[in-house]
Amino acid sequence: MIRSTHLPLLVTLGTFVLAYALCAYDYPSMLSTRVVANLLTDNAFLGIAAVGMTFVILSGGIDLSIGSVIAFTGVFLAVILRDTSIHPLAAFMLVLILTTAFGAAMGALIHYLEMPPFIVTLAGMFLARGAAYVLSTESVPITHEFYDVLQGLYWKDPSGGRFRLIGGIMVLTFLVGILVAHRTRFGQNVYALGGGGQTAKLMGLPLASTTIRIYAISGGLAGLSGIVFSLYTSAGYSLATVGVELDAIAAVVIGGTLLTGGYGFVAGTFFGILIMGLIQTYIVFDGTLSSWWTKIVIGGLLFAFIVLQKGLTWATQARRRTATGSAAAS
Amino acid sequence: MAGPKSSVLRRIMPQLVILGAALLLNVLVFPDFFHVDFRNGRLFGNVIDVLNRGAPVALLCIGMTLVIATRGIDLSVGAVMAIAGATAASVVTDGYGWGTALLAALAAGALCGLWNGVLVALLKIQPIVATLVLMVAGRGIAQLITEGKILTFSNEGLIHLGAGTILGVPTPILIWMALGAAVIWVVRRTALGMLIEAIGINERSSRLAGINSRVLLVCVYLVSGLCAALAGVIVAADIKGADANNAGLWLELDAILAVVIGGNSLLGGRFSILASLIGALIIQSVNSVILLSGMPPEFNLVIKALLILAILVIQSPRITYLMYMLRASGPQPQPDRPPMPKARKEEAR
Repeated sequence: MIRSTHLPLLVTLGTFVLAYALCAYDYPSMLSTRVVANLLTDNAFLGIAAVGMTFVILSGGIDLSIGSVIAFTGVFLAVILRDTSIHPLAAFMLVLILTTAFGAAMGALIHYLEMPPFIVTLAGMFLARGAAYVLSTESVPITHEFYDVLQGLYWKDPSGGRFRLIGGIMVLTFLVGILVAHRTRFGQNVYALGGGGQTAKLMGLPLASTTIRIYAISGGLAGLSGIVFSLYTSAGYSLATVGVELDAIAAVVIGGTLLTGGYGFVAGTFFGILIMGLIQTYIVFDGTLSSWWTKIVIGGLLFAFIVLQKGLTWATQARRRTATGSAAAS
Repeated sequence: MAGPKSSVLRRIMPQLVILGAALLLNVLVFPDFFHVDFRNGRLFGNVIDVLNRGAPVALLCIGMTLVIATRGIDLSVGAVMAIAGATAASVVTDGYGWGTALLAALAAGALCGLWNGVLVALLKIQPIVATLVLMVAGRGIAQLITEGKILTFSNEGLIHLGAGTILGVPTPILIWMALGAAVIWVVRRTALGMLIEAIGINERSSRLAGINSRVLLVCVYLVSGLCAALAGVIVAADIKGADANNAGLWLELDAILAVVIGGNSLLGGRFSILASLIGALIIQSVNSVILLSGMPPEFNLVIKALLILAILVIQSPRITYLMYMLRASGPQPQPDRPPMPKARKEEAR
């Protein structure tokens, strides 16, 4: 039983190790700490957003708004730092409160109006992107000495890799995410909700507060991801990070989480992110492959993992059926 | 014959009212809105523009309505548009005629639809997940076909599909109206529409009742792929080029929105393609109001979001139930109205 529940996670881990080994075989320099450090830095914002997405998907929902929320956060920070003399830390707090409230509002709509998360977060996606446009349609540069301080924070490995602050924030977010998912009552509620809303309701779980908190976490992490993205690019642009929600969903699925909810690991998402980053790094190293191969390979991986999950579900059902001896024709 | 006609009218009444309001807003900000000219052998006017610019979403929402009626969703239509446009452009630049290009694009769309349909119907993967694969990979495939460039072409026949006119009417308008009418005729004159609704309401029981739900599901996704391919060819023909990155970007969301505005439940079941088409026109009219009023286009998305929210609140099962309770406890209960919301609620479950 333990083996079958951990199988998708192991497959993800195996895929990552195999992919890395293949890359290292082709280009031995990919083993250097520089590549590892860049992998963490370049995917930091996506990773943070994907943690929130993992919770949403574990609960059986979906959040299409995160790409727009990231862009909104970037533009909001850039505009507020340009037009006022607020300290960036205060601006960070403000934007985190704003995005968390935004997520919570979507969660409340989903729960109280009994509407599919898909369409509610679609409205959220339009709203956040529209709000970003209204603030500014141009790319606004961020020039603040505090940003320079944050960007200058890194730990240099003796062999040359620079582990930057934003990569550290991503790893920390994953660690906290793992703890919350597996070691708190809220985490258990999320799994129960994803396993079956009706069952969770009959068990007396606080559905409303759980749903609202899940989307609040997703919104808040998208805000954090936006902060990290603005540190990464030193600018706020309302057209940035279009389609990041798709990348995040892909990372979650490649990480072995069941899209129907109720089953998966936050740690798996981490390796999902790394696999996607690795594909991009390989294409950059190769030089002759075009960027669109990234999309095709990710789509292929997505398909492979979905089929794998489907196969596992079938296998489990078949075993259960033979176990109970009611192998009725259906 | 008066019976069915009046029931259709009652079904699309809310959509017609919203469309009327949107058009009225257009007239308010631009008094000459309904003025239509005939110049250079072609109709000109803002109404014509709304009909013409709304063509891609209108085409998409024909297939999307059927898919949503089976309790599914097709996220890949935007990517399929890009693939079809790229296919048509590359076939034409290879020196073939526009007919071959159109057929190749439709074949590409059918193939994409078949892929989605097989994943949903045979492998039993959730529609939102199954079509996500093509949504992610589709633009990559389109770029593979165009080799990363924006393929431009000058084939008169192909351009005619997107920018030409037939008897003064822009071709895209004729295409979406003809296809819409044909599909409505097929699903309503035969039992097909009812069978699709049966699958959406309860797939298991519909299968037990003898409906070949697998074949029907594959067909529905196939139709959605074909509609997307046609929309993709029109968009490519309109700009005389195939842009794999931007063609049909986010149009899947507009198409789903049109279907929802059309009063179709995302939970499957009863559907009305006519209402969805009016929904597509509503979206285009709202875009037109924003454009004509000189409001910054930045507000476009915000207004769209508020529109969705308003419709969500109206359509929400809980609000429907509240309205029903209010009406039932009101001083003058209308005899023919109360059972309706209840019946719809049961269907949605």
